[in-house]
Amino acid sequence: MDVVYVLWLRQLKRYSRSRARIIGSLGQPLLFLLGLGFGMGPVFQKAGMGNYIQFLAPGVIAMTVLFSSVFSGIELIWDRQFGFLKETLVAPVSRLTIMVGRVLGGATVAVLQGLILLAICLVAGFRFPTFVAVPVVIFIMALMAVLFTALGTAIASPMRDFQGFQLVMNFLVLPMFFLSGALFPLGDAPWALKAIARVNPLSYGVDALRGTLGGIAYFHLATDLGVLAAVTAGLLLLGGYLFSRIEL
Amino acid sequence: MIRVQNLVKIYGKFTAVNDISFTVEAGEIFAFLGPNGAGKTTTIKILTTLLKPTSGSVEIDGLDPTHHQNAVRERFGIVFQDPSLDDELTAYENMDIHGVLYRVPRRTRAERIEMLLSLFELWDRRNDRAKLFSGGMRRRLEIARGMLHTPRILFLDEPTLGLDPQTRNQLWTHVRKLNTEERVTVFLTTHYMEEADRVAGRIAVIDHGRIVAQGSPAVLKQQTSAETLEQAFLALTGSSIREEEADAKDRMRNMARLWRG
Repeated sequence: MDVVYVLWLRQLKRYSRSRARIIGSLGQPLLFLLGLGFGMGPVFQKAGMGNYIQFLAPGVIAMTVLFSSVFSGIELIWDRQFGFLKETLVAPVSRLTIMVGRVLGGATVAVLQGLILLAICLVAGFRFPTFVAVPVVIFIMALMAVLFTALGTAIASPMRDFQGFQLVMNFLVLPMFFLSGALFPLGDAPWALKAIARVNPLSYGVDALRGTLGGIAYFHLATDLGVLAAVTAGLLLLGGYLFSRIEL
Repeated sequence: MIRVQNLVKIYGKFTAVNDISFTVEAGEIFAFLGPNGAGKTTTIKILTTLLKPTSGSVEIDGLDPTHHQNAVRERFGIVFQDPSLDDELTAYENMDIHGVLYRVPRRTRAERIEMLLSLFELWDRRNDRAKLFSGGMRRRLEIARGMLHTPRILFLDEPTLGLDPQTRNQLWTHVRKLNTEERVTVFLTTHYMEEADRVAGRIAVIDHGRIVAQGSPAVLKQQTSAETLEQAFLALTGSSIREEEADAKDRMRNMARLWRG
């Protein structure tokens, strides 16, 4: 337990000490919110879909959580190359404990980033009906964060350097984001897009956030949470297995 | 304490360790010497559960590192050849995490951290982040950290690389003290032959993945009719310089250097 705590604390310390990272990782979602939100807003409105910022905000928050958690998972490669991973891997602690500490730390950072973005969305004009929703939102973000940190860890475990990083970004993370219903309503999308969204775990996260924050959900909140929980469990197992097989 | 029999490690087509056998008795200081790329670090990685051998058997205190990983990990401490600090954490935090990982009780942890950081003259800088440290200071911090818990076996993989004579002296004095007072078995590698000569009770020389000679420093010198261990070492391993390929790590370091300027 102590070990999980110190490894979790380590991630938070690293996060709080790296202001460049905090600001840098907010840049992209911010661009989507401002550029897309205000740029496409009038068109969205004319099409009779209502306020676009109101629709987009949950999607952009989900994006922040996604990017931040996948990155936290992939940070494993950094630790591997700069040595700290070795320090933890020779310690008399099970690999599972180490992975849990890392994943919880990375996930906490992602949730914090998500909350910062939620605050920025409020400044940009986003409104949600009741603040009672906030704890639920945090819970959904936490679930998503654990899911995607575990995914990042699973991907990073067999990787030796950052050569494959672009591949992961362009063929996994960005498609997950663009094909999730974060930017457009799934209801009117072509069937192929709907089908892809259905097998994309991010869709359920976006949907749960949107539903909770006063928007119209495409799936059911129960379905969203069920799918997220099941995928999270699966990825934790997979990540744990791959992490335990790391050789240096 | 350490028993290695017919150990082989093959990476793809490259045989890093080629059928080596040796034993290290409890309480011994054992030096493992060899030119770059001879297989020293690979052997240490196998002994410390970081790598699985291709074939052969290894025992640490009677336990097989491939099967009883945690039991083996409880028995050793290690100072790695390459850096393994968290640069974003302070010296004290790096020490403290290590103490928690090895379940050193809180009070003992605080006492030992102060003692070791003072010994290696880092106590005044304990609240500075490791990334602000010079190469020598980082090295000292890693060494201090490796000694925080009292292991039964201490692996030192080129611990004195880049250290000034004062620190080297400090290190070896402390290692000897651990060896005599706490009966810690020491397994070390180094490129400084006079260090091995002074500290080690027994030496194995490895080259191209094979052990070419074993015995006390005196025996090795006698075998090669050399006056110093360095001459004996050169007689055993030849004087050609070894090429090492840049690995993923070097490429990453280059990349990081580009980014961090």
